[in-house]
Order: sequence, then structure tokens, then C-alpha cells
Amino acid sequence: MIENLANLIGGFAIALTAQNLLLMMIGILLGVLIGVLPGLGGANGVAILLPLTFTMSPTSAIIMLSCIYWGALFGGAITSVLFNIPGEPWSVATTFDGYPMAQQGKAAEALTAAFTSSFVGALAATIMITFLAPVVAGFALRFGPPEFFAVQLLTFCSFVGMNRGKVAKAIVAMMLGFGLASVGLDTVSGQLRMTFGSTELLRGFDFLIAVIGLFGIGEILVSMEEGLAFKGVKARISPVVVLKTWALLPRYWFTSLRAILIGCWMGVTPGGATPASFMSYGVARRISKNGDKFGTGQIEGVVAPETAAHAAGTAALLPMLTLGIPGSPTAAVLLGGLLIWGLQPGPLLFVEQKEFIWGLIASIYLGNIVGLLIVLTTVPWWAAILRIPFSIIAPVIIVVCAIGAYSVHNALFDVVLMMAFGVIGYVFRKLGYPLAPMVLALVLGDMAEAAFRQSMLMSQGSLGIFFSNPLVGSIVALALVLLFWPLIGALRERMRGAPAAPVATKG
Amino acid sequence: MDEQGGAQPEGEREIGTRAVELATALVVLAFSALLIVDSVRLGFGWAADGPEPGFYPFYVGLFMAAAALVIVGQQLVAATDPPFVKASELRRVLAMLVPSLVYVGAIYVLGLYVASALFLLAFMMWQGRYSLLKSLPVALGIPVATFLLFDVWFQVPLPKGPLEAFLGF
Repeated sequence: MIENLANLIGGFAIALTAQNLLLMMIGILLGVLIGVLPGLGGANGVAILLPLTFTMSPTSAIIMLSCIYWGALFGGAITSVLFNIPGEPWSVATTFDGYPMAQQGKAAEALTAAFTSSFVGALAATIMITFLAPVVAGFALRFGPPEFFAVQLLTFCSFVGMNRGKVAKAIVAMMLGFGLASVGLDTVSGQLRMTFGSTELLRGFDFLIAVIGLFGIGEILVSMEEGLAFKGVKARISPVVVLKTWALLPRYWFTSLRAILIGCWMGVTPGGATPASFMSYGVARRISKNGDKFGTGQIEGVVAPETAAHAAGTAALLPMLTLGIPGSPTAAVLLGGLLIWGLQPGPLLFVEQKEFIWGLIASIYLGNIVGLLIVLTTVPWWAAILRIPFSIIAPVIIVVCAIGAYSVHNALFDVVLMMAFGVIGYVFRKLGYPLAPMVLALVLGDMAEAAFRQSMLMSQGSLGIFFSNPLVGSIVALALVLLFWPLIGALRERMRGAPAAPVATKG
Repeated sequence: MDEQGGAQPEGEREIGTRAVELATALVVLAFSALLIVDSVRLGFGWAADGPEPGFYPFYVGLFMAAAALVIVGQQLVAATDPPFVKASELRRVLAMLVPSLVYVGAIYVLGLYVASALFLLAFMMWQGRYSLLKSLPVALGIPVATFLLFDVWFQVPLPKGPLEAFLGF
């Protein structure tokens, strides 16, 4: 415990250098911009900027990239409240009560509540990380290839199991990710897989290109259907309003606490900020005294999802750093970054790269404080940016995405691939194929296969190694349960019979 | 505002979801066939020291095909066929997609900077209906800013074409 605090102070020393502070501010500003613009999402934005960090030290790089993430978590709320357009998937729930509040002239209160709740959620999750991460990392020291594969299997199964009613599509998406991940050179045997003689495919498919295409281009294409026109509410946040809202917020401490728990849970077990925000909103609506007024502009309806979303987004770093399991799509991209920089997530990271870990954790505290201040003071600018007509913003975003895709491997073919992924993203989104399993499989696919093969080497080809000790066995069992959960649930519903379930139609 | 299946008040053409679902599932099946075929070439059983290189993609392809067939089945028994996209929506999407594809192609020939400038110019003038005078600042400003940012500051060279060669870069 004391040792952790000492490490943390050391981390602050690293985070508080001029260069890192500058990168922090740049990251947050970029993050808010990304959070505000459609088509540039958190995962996507981090993916585009990742190659630019190759010239920096890994510590500085991850500080900037994670600050982009925090900025996006803050920024998504701005468009939700002012324009009823969620800038990020995890801000959708914020529109439910945030926009009505804005329409009633309480935009500044709504935004202050959203930003402050985000900050509280992030702070809580960061404290959790500070104390839990070393514990989990220590625990993970006992992990060998079978245990790592089991944890990854657990992740995959839970991603499939989360998609009740869309299991077949989730499986397709995930398998597609695995399939794409296996294209290229197989490092174990030295054989080429699925390249069909093409030199371009030798490199395989990079998850960064997929993310930029699926989440970036795909999102823009979907948005184009409506022919976007931003008409929003004006807002200016004065210090008086901030203080008044802050005086109001402690009333909802219980909601916040619940949201923090939900957020941390959804961040650590793979889920992410988006499911966390919805769950928190739903639970708050059911439990709160004002529950039936949710949707008309209740400040509690803004506090609940924002706290949970930001807590989840931050908490997602915990399994990523300690076990190499990303708890959210953006964490998956950050994990990919770690791998590119040559850092192996897991227990050794905490032992060998103390500077990196604690510098990062300290920067999360700082980044959120700075982020809160920046975002409270700059709301009118972001609102102004959105008034730039879409016919200017859209092609600019496409140019940015193209540059991002190119800079990953200096390969123009990747830009073509990005467009292909964009079309896939558009079709998949509309058909209801979940994208998260595909990204997850692309990032973890090679690692999972390697862990599987190493385990097989250890066991001389016997699958029994996955049940050889209670730790592995229980994780694998849990994974299988999560995988078949939706099937069990669907079967039970059908067995209870569907004697014309009457849906009460209200006017 | 209700929509009975079949009666479309605007009389607008639509593409049904079922057709797109089936097409997508077929593409997925084709991809899984590719995976399986190549896995057979690589060998998908157990070698002396564990799975052969084709083992993993083989089963991935298998699961993918199975899931895709489930989707095909679901679609064939589906009772309704909600619209996937309306003609007007598709037009707007294509209005973004087609120029973007042309843009990417143009990068190969003209280099990123020139292609971007033309893309921005064309898009703003055509979609945004801005005059040439108003579009030029953005269309030229962004590539120049990008050049300074990437080629000069970050030292990340972006694809160049005949114009840059002519100017001596």
C-alpha cells in the first residue's frame, strides 16, 4: 500500500514534466474535438493518431493517447446536450435528459453536471486502478499460456454472450476478425496464410486500419443518410452556474455511487463505456424517486450515464495493463499501441516498466483535472465548430482518416482497405452486426492463437491442460457459461411458452 | 405515423433488409470458403508439436460458415422485410462514398496533397454549392497545413505525385 503511494508520487514526477503536460493538453483538446465530431470517435481517433507517436517515448505516447480518450469521454456529452446528437456511442444515454434540459434553457447546468459526473467517475476508477492494479498484476504472475488463453476465451465468449438475440451475427463478426487476423505470415511455422500470392496481403490486416474504416468511414456513411444538419442550442457556461450546479449535485451521491460501481464493473469485465452508460441510466430510472420523470430533463438522468461511462472507460485500462485484455474498443486500440511499442502487458509490465505504468496512472489523475477545466471553459468553441456545414467537415474528416490509415504502414493499399472496411462498417451497422467483437478478435486474435499453441506444446496436444488446475478450469467454465447463456435464456423463454404474450398498447 | 408493410406513403423505392442480409451472408460464406480452402492446403490437423498452421483458420472458417448459414435460415423464415435503405438515403450515402473512392484512386496518381485539394474543392462546390472563390481557402489551406504538419514537422512523408516532383520535392 505504502509502496503503491510511493510509486504514484514517482509517477507524478514523470507526468509533471513540461513535455508530458503539453502532450496532455494537446491530447485532451484533440480528444474533445474528436468526441464532438461525428465520424471521429474515441477508438478511431486514437487509432489515427497512434502512428504519430512512434517518435515519442512510450510513456509520453500513452499519456497523450489516453488523454485523447478522456477528452473524447468529456466531449461526447457536448453534442448530446446541445444538439441531441451523440458525439460518441457512450453519450447516447446523455441525450435522453441532457437535451430536454438544454431545451428548457438549462444547457449550462446539464453540461456542468455531465462534465463533473464524468470527472467523478474517472477519479473513482483511477483510485481503484491505483490500488487494485498491482494486486491483479501480482495475481497474474501465476498465469501461464493456458491461463492467458482462458482469460482471452472468457473475453471472446462474453462479447458474444452480451449480444442476446444477435448471437449468430456476433459470431460472424468475431470469426471475421479472427480470419482477417490470421492472414499473412504465420510466425510459428513461417508459412503464408491466405495471401494467395499477393505481396500487399503479406502484411496482413492491421486492426488500426479496420478501426479507422469501420468506426470512422462507416459512421460517416451512416450519418449521411439523414443528410446531417446541425441545429443546436446555444450555451455559455458562467462560473456562477457552475457553482450552483455543483451545490446541487451532492444530492445525487447515491446515484453517482451506483454509477461508479456499474462503470467500474463494465470497464473491468469487457463491456466498455457504452453498455455502462445505458445500464446506469436504466437502473437509475428504475430506482430513483423521480424515475418516471426521466426523459423530461432530470439532472439525475445526466449524472447516471456520464459517471458510469467515464468510470468504465477509465476502468477498462485495468485489465488491459494487467492481463492484456482490453475492456473496451478504445482500450483495445491502446493495447495494440502497447504491443507496437514493444511493451508486453501483464504482470511484468508493473515490475519492469514502473516508470511507464505509474507515469500513466498519474497522468490519468492530472488529465482528468485538466480536462474538466478545459471543457468547462471552452464549450462555446466546440458548439461553433459544429456549425461549420457538413459539406466542409465531412470531406475533411475523410482526408484525415486517409492520412491516418496511410501513416500506419506507409502503404497506400491500406487506404483502399480503409474504404472497404468503411463499407463493411456501414452495412454491418445497419444490419445489426456488432463491431466490437470484430475489433477485439483482430487485436487479440494473434495473441490468442499463440497462447493456444503454446499451451498445446506444453500439454503435448492434449486439451486437458485447460482444466488442469482450478484457476484455468474455472475461467474456462465461466467462459463457456457466458457463451451459452443467451441460448439457455432463449430456450427457457420458449419453454415457458409464448401463449400470445399480450403487449399492452398504450394509445 | 404508421407504416403498413407494402403501403409506402411517399411511394419511394427501397431496398429490403432481407436481400442485403442474404447478400452479406453469402459474402461471409465465400470468405469462410477461402479460409477453409487455404487451411486444407496448409494442413489443419495435429502435427508432432501441436496444431498445424491451417488448424486455427480452418475452425474459424467453419464456425463462420455455420453462423452465416444460421443467418440465412433466419432470413428465409422471417415474416417481415423491413426496409434497409430508402432511395433518397442511398443517394446521399453514395454521394459521399463515390467521391471518396475516386479520391483514394486519385491519391495513387496525383499524390495525397493534390488529391485532397481537388477532393475538398469538388465536394464543397458540388455538395455545399460554394463558389470557387469561397472553396479555395479551405481546399488549399488543409493540404498545405497537412504538408507542414506531416512532411516537415513530424517527418512522416505522405504520398506525392507529379506536381510535387515538378516542384522539386
